[in-house]
Amino acid sequence: MSLFGKKHDDKHEAHKRHTDIPEGEFPDEPLIVDSSDIDAVLKRFPNVVVDCWAPWCRPCLALAPVIDEMAVEFQGKVVFAKINTDKNQSFARKHQIMNIPTLLIFKNGEVVERIIGARPRRTLENMIKESLKV
Amino acid sequence: MVSNTEHFNVVVVGAGPAGMTAAIYAARSGMKTVILEAGSVGGQVAESPEIENYLGFESVNGMDLASTFRKHTERYVEIKEGEEIEQIIPEREIIRLKTGWSEYTADAAIIATGAHHRKLGCNGEEEFSGRGISYCATCDGFFFKGKKVVMIGGGNTAVGDALYLKNVGVDVTIIHRRDVFRAEAAHVKRLEESGIPKIMNSEVREIYGEKVVKGVKVLNKATGDVSDVPVDGVFIAVGVVPNTDFLKESGIKLDDIGYIVTDREQRTSLPRIYAAGDVTGGLQQIIVGCGEGAVAATTAYEDISNPYWKK
Repeated sequence: MSLFGKKHDDKHEAHKRHTDIPEGEFPDEPLIVDSSDIDAVLKRFPNVVVDCWAPWCRPCLALAPVIDEMAVEFQGKVVFAKINTDKNQSFARKHQIMNIPTLLIFKNGEVVERIIGARPRRTLENMIKESLKV
Repeated sequence: MVSNTEHFNVVVVGAGPAGMTAAIYAARSGMKTVILEAGSVGGQVAESPEIENYLGFESVNGMDLASTFRKHTERYVEIKEGEEIEQIIPEREIIRLKTGWSEYTADAAIIATGAHHRKLGCNGEEEFSGRGISYCATCDGFFFKGKKVVMIGGGNTAVGDALYLKNVGVDVTIIHRRDVFRAEAAHVKRLEESGIPKIMNSEVREIYGEKVVKGVKVLNKATGDVSDVPVDGVFIAVGVVPNTDFLKESGIKLDDIGYIVTDREQRTSLPRIYAAGDVTGGLQQIIVGCGEGAVAATTAYEDISNPYWKK
């Protein structure tokens, strides 16, 4: 694994699970999700942005710090979650993920927007605000 | 939203091979230097599956080479990621650079923003974007394991990516509009040996599907026949376009395609602004970008010490 990849892998894995967040509170960092708990996260929070990534995808790794920053910026309004498509292929298939990074924007459990490819932070913020009306 | 303006001797825009080399040379000349990177460090290098023509590395995957570059560069300069330049303003004594978040001033700016993939421009390309079309084989190849795809293009990227896709278990066919590949002979030889089917002299006229890609319509330029090739995915590598949109208002001289025009010392038409690498066109190779980066930084150093614009 590359130096980059290692660093970012560790970071990706270092985030909390949704069960670490006390009832009634919102995370200030992206949650790690997988096929087993993504549904619970979508049920618990009305506005969720899911970052579909994989360790071999360089643009995904570049996007990671932007997601981290937006999780702080949107805390209380939008929850960010990261799913490793390599380890969660059923989720990737279900949502027909064919390019990564892909951001899936969920409103009340339904996909309302898909953002494909890494984009500048300002563009992402605008698309998230627009699609979730936050 | 703009925080305090920070001043540098040299601001390098873009953390690809050209920008990183320029920054190392600038920093080693004693100039206070920073790199601003909008997207991913390493640029297109990081997306290349295998690189075999960069001296000192017989065969290296792009992500590893980009990591090596980064590690080396960060011994000398900071790379600020997520900093996309929105405006570059040449003033009398300085260059002012505005990003979405901050503002920088510099005695000299080195533009090394590289290039991004060109679109094919056929019907269906927009409609099925993200639904079976990809411009990054190393990112997306995995999703097409065991599936049938076409790779469109005939240069080093297209041939290298086709080989990569085959290696990860994708059933790939290459489609090229000419009768010979533009890729270097070593690449073409490996393609021939791989047994990857080729459709030559042919253009993809349409990508069709139903929610997702189902196939492509291919025009044989020799016979005029249009055939239908059912596929699950379409990978496109038909060249690049320079990342120079943010320069349109700066007054810097661009050529007809949008590449920055430079002299042999990598000076642009504007004082204090230099350019290096893919963004200047020419032979877009890692080693050339590095070379141009070294020249740009050295020229910037000489010009700041002894400004030609004040003579």
